[in-house]
Amino acid sequence: MKKASKGLLIFIAILFAFALWVVLPNHGIGGRTGFTLGLDLNGGWRLFYSANLSMKDPSQTDAQALEGAKQTIERRVNASGLTEATVQIMQNEQGNFIEVQIPYTKERKISIDEVSKLVGQVAELDFREQVLNATGNTTWVTAKAVGSNGTEEKLTGAYLKPNAAPVMNPNTNKIEIAFEWNAEGAILFKQITTRNLNKPLGIFLDNELISAPTVQAVIEDKGVIEGNFSMDEAKTLAIQLNSGALSVPLTEIAPTEVGPTLGADSLKKSLLAGIIGLALIILFMIIYYRVSGLVACLALVVYTVLTLAVFKLIPVTLSLPGIAGFIVSVGMGVDGNVLVCERLKEELRRGSTLGRAVEQSFTQSWSAIWDSNVTVFIACAVLYWLGTRVFANPTVMGFAITLFIGVALSMFTQVVVTRAFLRTVVASGLAKSPRAYGVLEV
Amino acid sequence: MIDFVGKKHWFFLISAILIISGIISLAVFGLKWGIDFKSGSQITLQFEKEVKLDQLRQELADLGYDRAKPQSAAAGEFLIRLQAISSDNYTQLKAGLEAGLATNITDSSLYTVSPIMAMGTVRNTVIAVIIASIGILLYISWAFRKMPKPIRWGICAVLALLHDLIIVIAVFSILGWAAGMEVDSLFVTGVLGIVGVSVNNIVVVFDRIRENLKRGVSSDFEVVVNCGIMESVGRSLNTGLATLFVIVALYLLGGVTIRTLILALLIGITTGIYSSLCIAGQLLVVWEKGEWSALLPWAKKTA
Repeated sequence: MKKASKGLLIFIAILFAFALWVVLPNHGIGGRTGFTLGLDLNGGWRLFYSANLSMKDPSQTDAQALEGAKQTIERRVNASGLTEATVQIMQNEQGNFIEVQIPYTKERKISIDEVSKLVGQVAELDFREQVLNATGNTTWVTAKAVGSNGTEEKLTGAYLKPNAAPVMNPNTNKIEIAFEWNAEGAILFKQITTRNLNKPLGIFLDNELISAPTVQAVIEDKGVIEGNFSMDEAKTLAIQLNSGALSVPLTEIAPTEVGPTLGADSLKKSLLAGIIGLALIILFMIIYYRVSGLVACLALVVYTVLTLAVFKLIPVTLSLPGIAGFIVSVGMGVDGNVLVCERLKEELRRGSTLGRAVEQSFTQSWSAIWDSNVTVFIACAVLYWLGTRVFANPTVMGFAITLFIGVALSMFTQVVVTRAFLRTVVASGLAKSPRAYGVLEV
Repeated sequence: MIDFVGKKHWFFLISAILIISGIISLAVFGLKWGIDFKSGSQITLQFEKEVKLDQLRQELADLGYDRAKPQSAAAGEFLIRLQAISSDNYTQLKAGLEAGLATNITDSSLYTVSPIMAMGTVRNTVIAVIIASIGILLYISWAFRKMPKPIRWGICAVLALLHDLIIVIAVFSILGWAAGMEVDSLFVTGVLGIVGVSVNNIVVVFDRIRENLKRGVSSDFEVVVNCGIMESVGRSLNTGLATLFVIVALYLLGGVTIRTLILALLIGITTGIYSSLCIAGQLLVVWEKGEWSALLPWAKKTA
């Protein structure tokens, strides 16, 4: 055996051992000890809110207010990374409710308490100025100014651009939220800061004063919200501001745990069926392609473990679309191996020596493997980009990410692992007859 | 040697019949959208004694609610999503469950609920697939740039891909009115899966044709394409069989909740094998020879 291939085998063995260790339960690096599983496969939390429609904006119908709240909640959970959460409006004679189901949050760096605060808070931001009232005391009154259409408007969070973000103030070392006004907001803010120059301007969230900085200059388009925020609080508030205020106040009824939406009973059956199917593939490959089939199956095992390790370490959220992407990538991995095995048989039939046949089978199947994988790769990249940036569609995103990773690793195992294994088998001289590679007629 | 290309008219005819009847079915009946996409009812139930999820699922099916989606919640509570039901049916359903499961329901409520998956999500998935197809077309055209008229390869590949997708959607539409098959959110996932499998098949066959062209197997494009397809049959059937082992096992033995996904993949993989061997390369030949008028068998005879 050549030294280089020995080195390669050792490298594969180490990589495989490491990946296997990562995949095992309660192992992993960087605190990633479990797979990040979706609500459909693993269950999670059910947050249940009663909607107080008597407090809605009277210009909206009940249905509009509920739908608005639902959409706001969807934006909030998406922004916090809980992309496959489900939000639904529920109604009966006892009232109007919104149910939010989110996957378990342990692997997602956000606690259930934070989620419930993020989802349930109205988060209506408004700016107020101090006025003297009849009794001579100062009170806070919501600042109004003349908008572009000539009517007087209240300055609220509704005029913010959806790009508020927590920032660290280098002078005070405190966390602030930087925001920008949209065009209309800038018109209002300019008038209000002009009017209140050197006076305090109160920033209120749900009628509670957060801070009251003194206006130092006339400002139009941007500003910061100061306050004693922790980083988590600031992130939550930024998401809320970017998603908009709830159109109706919600009262939370304690969160409960729920099982997988696809049903634990059904999933168990499917897992077993999948294992039986895989066993059939292995059996088929070994019977039909003999030695090269066995090698291909070993390579597929390496591939599966590597892919699962990557899923765990990134971490990739595994929901059913993700599992479907993974299954398709396994199918493509099988296909790559079938291509190589078929070529090997062809070469042997033509009378090539075993060593030459192995090298030829890889060289010649390479263009098919490369082009088909890259095509799927490109399709996945497009789908992933559309699923995250354009549409916020977790099905498309979940499918694309696992197929993308799967195809990349599948090409790697084809080229490196299967070839190294086959070369080793050939060099070992254990199986010399073409019959051992599935060639029946010589 | 089987003449795959020579029989192209028959293949086109079979596909045309499938696609046209599918399109008619889609136009007349559409797809039967399941409870994921519609407003419906949700019931929360609390049983006195412990009830297992699979028992409840079975009991619901026995009572005629086979599309209901039960989900376990905390402490023996279940959430069941199902089609919109009246309060009479609700009372009957509860009585049926109590009798069938031999336990009392201690607490229950009925709600009307909004759709779980918005139709907008379906729409933007379709848009995503179309844009991804353009990406596929461009890449294949580039990958086959050394071939004469590479853009044709890209277009034929995407046509074969659309062929597979349309047939799957058409079969679901036909099964919708013929067997009450509903389309749920997992069907959307299935369609995405078919894109991956189908493209892979087509490119592998095209690659073999390209290789034969480079080798100069024959000066007749039809013979070259047929050789490429012939040499891919072994691989296509073996890969197809191997994948179908898993899919059929999942369909027969797997849980009912993922059945639409599995059925979509089953149909998609089968048509994928068919279109890669019987449609994609043949389209290239028709285009090359300008035989558009001879797309159908009887037209060939008069030509």
